[in-house]
Amino acid sequence: MRTSTPPISDPRSSILLNTTAEDHHVARMAAVALMLTVLENAIPSPLPGVKPGLANIVTLIVLARYGWRVAAWVTLLRVVAGSLLFGSFLAPGFFLSLAGAVLSLLALAVARHLPAHWFGPVSHSIHAAFAHIAGQLAVVYLWLIPHSGIAYLIPVFAAAALVFGTVNGLIAARFMDNDGKQEMEPQP
Amino acid sequence: MRPATLRHIRPGDWLTMSLGCLCVILIAQCVWNGGMADRAIIRSGGKVFREVPLARDQQIEVPGPLGTSIVSIEKRRARISSDPSPRQYCVRQGWLQHAGEIAICLPNELSVELTGNRKKYDSLNY
Repeated sequence: MRTSTPPISDPRSSILLNTTAEDHHVARMAAVALMLTVLENAIPSPLPGVKPGLANIVTLIVLARYGWRVAAWVTLLRVVAGSLLFGSFLAPGFFLSLAGAVLSLLALAVARHLPAHWFGPVSHSIHAAFAHIAGQLAVVYLWLIPHSGIAYLIPVFAAAALVFGTVNGLIAARFMDNDGKQEMEPQP
Repeated sequence: MRPATLRHIRPGDWLTMSLGCLCVILIAQCVWNGGMADRAIIRSGGKVFREVPLARDQQIEVPGPLGTSIVSIEKRRARISSDPSPRQYCVRQGWLQHAGEIAICLPNELSVELTGNRKKYDSLNY
């Protein structure tokens, strides 16, 4: 990633990665998302797969403030780093979250072009939530459990996506209350 | 909901939410309401031979006056896959997957009927 800001370097480090301020910002956002993922894993779930998806709040805010590319970085970093944290890297659970994340990012890429006067973060969030569950169910059906019995669970997952999508969208909108009113604070 | 929360929902968001609700309801109707069968009743000689769930794939051999017929259950569907009767009508009927559907083999006195929460038809006449 290249921006006009000069690279930040650490003279003590022998291996020097040229990181920009934007990289640091992406990493910081991904860390916040990661924290929410950890928090969410502490919440017991009645059905595997039905989770609030709190980390998507971060994705929504980043999408609204910094655009789709940064949102994609933050989300994919969160998925990979989260799987390393829980020890599920390259395990089925990792591919489930990856499929969900990729599909919801694609949905967001389309949904963010909806007229902003009419459609806000709540709409974005609902679209992303439905895409997320569609991606996960596709992986489950095509790879893990190729049995049409899982069709019975689709309404449960869809209802959860609708509810949690709406709630996450509202939370994201709440966090962005002041976005239009003041100058965006300069990012260090 | 507090007015502060409602302020964050733009007009189009209501539309998205209603469409989402509609989607969930339609999917639930389609998946749960009898459209999909969950059991197969196999009758032989007028009596219930076996009642099996569709959830597990299996093959069942049913003896009849002409010989043995084979009923296959696969991916929540059922069919008579092999039958000794001369015209093979029931075999050619293929997969049954909705509640109320039935395959009958008269010569071998065998029938396979699917049931669910609700039957799509009360009766079928040919």
